[in-house]
Amino acid sequence: MATYSTTEFKGGLKFLMDGQPCSIVENTQVSPGKGQAFNRVKYRNLITGKVLEKTFKSGEKVDAADVVDTDLQYLYNDGEFWHFMDESSFEQYQAAESAVADVKQWLVEQDSCLVTLFNGQPISVTPPKQITLEIVETDPGLKGDTAGTGGKPATLSTGAVVQVPLFVQIGEKVIVNTEKGEYVSRAK
Amino acid sequence: MQTILNRRDILQKRSSLLQQVRAFFYARSVIEVDTPILSQAATPDVHLHSLKTQIQVPGIKEPQSYYLHTSPEYPMKRLLCEGSGDIFYLGKVFRDADYSPRHQVEFTMLEWYRLDFTMRDLIDEVVELIQDVIKTPLNLEMLSYQQMFAKYALIENVFEASSQTYQACLTANGVPEIVGVDDEDTALWEQLVLTEVIEPRLGQDGIAVIYHFPAKDAALAQISEDNPLVAERFEVFMNGMELANGYQELTDAKLYRQRFNDSLLIRKQANLPLVPLDENLLELLETQGLPDCSGVALGMDRLFALQQNLQNIEQGISYGLRDA
Repeated sequence: MATYSTTEFKGGLKFLMDGQPCSIVENTQVSPGKGQAFNRVKYRNLITGKVLEKTFKSGEKVDAADVVDTDLQYLYNDGEFWHFMDESSFEQYQAAESAVADVKQWLVEQDSCLVTLFNGQPISVTPPKQITLEIVETDPGLKGDTAGTGGKPATLSTGAVVQVPLFVQIGEKVIVNTEKGEYVSRAK
Repeated sequence: MQTILNRRDILQKRSSLLQQVRAFFYARSVIEVDTPILSQAATPDVHLHSLKTQIQVPGIKEPQSYYLHTSPEYPMKRLLCEGSGDIFYLGKVFRDADYSPRHQVEFTMLEWYRLDFTMRDLIDEVVELIQDVIKTPLNLEMLSYQQMFAKYALIENVFEASSQTYQACLTANGVPEIVGVDDEDTALWEQLVLTEVIEPRLGQDGIAVIYHFPAKDAALAQISEDNPLVAERFEVFMNGMELANGYQELTDAKLYRQRFNDSLLIRKQANLPLVPLDENLLELLETQGLPDCSGVALGMDRLFALQQNLQNIEQGISYGLRDA
């Protein structure tokens, strides 16, 4: 297995810690001048998303993690797995609940998502920043109210709930920002 | 346009600082010396990595290896042996692989030597210089190495503490896990308490001077006459960052060779490249002798960053390593 020495540490480097893939967020070299050098490392566990810290003695090695980011098309959910496809090779991947837990309410069939593969298995999925969804449930708003004050909760076709302006009605399509979980505008 | 103006502003301030520092020494009749950057010898210090280059010397077929100095210490000491009197160097030095917000591989060092100065005399002068360039009045905290461990790490006797004591201290202070250090490597755990727990707290509201470093870290400082455990070595910290490092200088020629050879041995054991010793210096120390003196090196890029409140020393340098 390939390894990285502390001299190769830098932001974005993917390595294995306790068998789990991690990515370096920040690496600071500490050279006291009269003593041994160290690397202070902040890294993200790519499976749990947690940011952790460790300090490595200079010259220590870590195992490289076989992690790649790739664009895949979301196909469907079979109740247990979420299926994705590489649009050029038609290769299919199935993601477990843990990989999509944070984003499953933003997965729209046919949308292209950024999928992180670890040893060929999806471990995290990032949906497009803006997606279009239909409103399936919301209180009827007052006709003619366009001020947009207050707003009301609306349930979207994927089950996501966002605050929308009072004038938006059931059956309409809206554009949503998936990072913030916020209504952007009506879809044309 | 804004960035060009800021840049000129920084260049102007840096120029003023260099001028001010030179004026400080000229006023004290300390001569500025411009020693060679290239040397056939290098420091054997295990923790300093010298850059090496090949030089085509006319009359010699094979290119010759020369090292870029990590500090002007050796040629300055040669000058002192030859009777130069008080001298200072203000210029570039090089340390391979040191690169972070407070390190550059190529950086500007101020180093000076004062005849008949004790460590204490030199500490006073370093503080005067810092106070001279940082106009706001600064608190001064003076602690011995042992007092520093007692105050900041609650380790009463650093000379007898165990590896477990240091590890417990790191844990108690919430220091993240450390990878790659043997349980029994007491010296290294001690260093980690120093860099991870203590140093960030030094000089947070002014200048902190730490003196009487352990004899094992003496480098080329004299061992104290009244306590063989400690060396006449001091360091100056501001804002959690080491700014200067000075010694009451070792004068015994035999001890120089002994400490150099000890370093070479550690290099050999650690599979680090061996380097040629500065025989020119060793010979002069033997034949002429080094006069009683104290000397100190101060990081100018760090001083400038502190004076200007810069987060990364690179912000005060015309071009850092990546842009050079």
